[in-house]
Amino acid sequence: MFQKLTKSSGMTALALSVLAGAGAGTLQAETLTIATVNNADMIIMQELSPKWEKKTGNKLNWVILEENVLRQRVTTDIATNGGTYDIITIGAYEAPLWGKNNWLVSLDDFDSSYNYDDIFPTVRNGLTADGHLYAVPFYAESSFTFYRKDLFKAAGLTMPVNPTWTQIEEFAAKLHKPDQEQYGICLRGKAGWGDNMAVFGTMVNAFGGRWFDMNWKPELDSPEWLNALTFYTDIVQKYGAPGTPNNGHNENRAMFASGKCAIWVDATSAAGYIYNPKESSVADVTGFAAAPSEVSEKGNGWFWAWALSVPKSSKNEDVAKDFLAWATSEEYVNLVGEEKGWVAAPPGTRKSTYANSDYIKAAPFAKTVQKQILSADPANPSAKPVPYTGVQFVAIPEFQGIGTYVGQMVSASLAGTMSPSEVLKASQNYARQEMTRSGYIK
Amino acid sequence: MARQVTNRYRVLVTLAAWCVALTLSFPIIWTLLTSFKTEIEAIASPPKFFSFDWTIENYFIVQERSDYFHHFWNSVVIAIGSTLLALVIAIPAAWSMAFVPGRRTKDILMWMLSTKMMPAVGVLIPIYLLCKDFGLLDSRIALVTILMLMNLPIVIWMLFTYLKEIPGEILEAARMDGANLKNEILYVLVPMAVPGIASTLLLNVILSWNESFWTLNLTGANAAPLTAFIASYSSPEGLFYAKLSAASIMAIAPILILGWFSQKQLVRGLTFGAVK
Repeated sequence: MFQKLTKSSGMTALALSVLAGAGAGTLQAETLTIATVNNADMIIMQELSPKWEKKTGNKLNWVILEENVLRQRVTTDIATNGGTYDIITIGAYEAPLWGKNNWLVSLDDFDSSYNYDDIFPTVRNGLTADGHLYAVPFYAESSFTFYRKDLFKAAGLTMPVNPTWTQIEEFAAKLHKPDQEQYGICLRGKAGWGDNMAVFGTMVNAFGGRWFDMNWKPELDSPEWLNALTFYTDIVQKYGAPGTPNNGHNENRAMFASGKCAIWVDATSAAGYIYNPKESSVADVTGFAAAPSEVSEKGNGWFWAWALSVPKSSKNEDVAKDFLAWATSEEYVNLVGEEKGWVAAPPGTRKSTYANSDYIKAAPFAKTVQKQILSADPANPSAKPVPYTGVQFVAIPEFQGIGTYVGQMVSASLAGTMSPSEVLKASQNYARQEMTRSGYIK
Repeated sequence: MARQVTNRYRVLVTLAAWCVALTLSFPIIWTLLTSFKTEIEAIASPPKFFSFDWTIENYFIVQERSDYFHHFWNSVVIAIGSTLLALVIAIPAAWSMAFVPGRRTKDILMWMLSTKMMPAVGVLIPIYLLCKDFGLLDSRIALVTILMLMNLPIVIWMLFTYLKEIPGEILEAARMDGANLKNEILYVLVPMAVPGIASTLLLNVILSWNESFWTLNLTGANAAPLTAFIASYSSPEGLFYAKLSAASIMAIAPILILGWFSQKQLVRGLTFGAVK
């Protein structure tokens, strides 16, 4: 009996100690919690942040999550004023929307050493709402064309500085040799507003289309959209890599890096990786050209920025701002260049980065990237006037749902399970229904 | 002749069992192999099974970038804490349902199970707000409580099934000998139901260990368990499969080892009362 009693009291003690241990999870003063995504630039920031901690005496707690999990997690926290995070990583889509919702602290008051004028105007405008900057850019990207110089030379082809999609298709046709595991073109096809719709959205712009007319009526059943989707489906099915309807950025990046794609149209931020011989077998034979245009040059390359922001619910607003001013400064870019190599410097945000001879020397694609980012104009993404901002997305809360649905439909077209006209009919109906429900149209 | 048929049958059954076992364990084997590859080899097409340069670099990188033991301790506290709390509530509940059932006991059991049919995301915002108002966001107390509530229907159902198998006469005999309710449960019922309680405990520790919806949505830096540790290695840009695999292996290893050593208990517990 005594043994049993001892055992049971032992179990109770264990349970109590476990539960008591459960209480020990509270924030310390001057400790910031930062939520971010897992990509190369953010990992470098995490590695270098002890320098800021040492300088200021503050501490950073890192919460690193996959992009979609982060978006859901941060949205829940910020919408309920949860106060879990002091610093959040958000994109060019969220910054103006959340700023307008009064969820974010405005970041216009950093001291003069921050040099706001050094930030590219396109990038700054993309993170501004109602005249206030709500997020400071960590890195920015557009899209452009990667191509294999060696294959082009062997086939007697020349890539123009500003190619059109029709030219890209002609080149892809000549370089498509699936029996040798060499595919004419690699494009994203995986469904999602940030996946296939990033490429297809810019393709629609290039073909002269737009998401909505000036009265917010969807135009997905317009001839421009049909031309763009017919072209996209055609080029992927004839000269694309196998499995394109399921391929996202990573799959294409891996295929291009291992020499399986003759042409790849994707994010400029991948250039540093493709140009790194440790990670890519085509580093010395890759050339770069502008994003393809067609009937229009407007909105042919997308615009995206990962930026840092402070939620209104943060209890350490001033310290958080101090970290932001450090992590997005010219000084930080130089620190990355010196410690991690200039090719790893966060691209696309500051004029000074592109005026730095060390960076230009290490990243020969820099000028093309700069030109592409500067030419992206989120306020004028299409040949026709639009009521919205955003190149490959529309900066309204309803877009996530609409973009995801249309992305799934477009992926079905690429896979051949639906025709382009069926896809656009269904997409138009869905978009009209959502816009009516949200009160944009009657 | 009869002997030959038996042997052939045995070989076929063995082969079928191996095929099923390999199919079921393939994802874990593949994750393990990938964790020893470089990032480039991890996405190689056609995939490499054994002919690659084996490396343990991923494990070092993962440990360097994240505090594994911090997440591990959170997982231990949350999984064991929620399971023990659930048992404390479920044992008396299952006892009353098994030995002194009322007219509505069956309905109550079905109703409890029906709470499992609701998608968790449906109550995310109310629970999030409750946690916020009580100052329990990013705390282990919140997770222990929520996971306990989430698993309680299963714990009660499992225990109810085991206790139903114990003849009521034994408890009656204890009562005749003068045992009160507390002693009847603690010294007669519980020792007889130890195998059932043990398998319930093990299964619930595994369920709580693997739970990823609430553990991702209610934690930040302090209370994040191993599920958050794994999630931090997934990325839409860049190569991450090898490091993600290493993180996954580190996260599932403790529970896999626990499951390996207690598999007899688990199988016995899960099949208890299934065949009569």
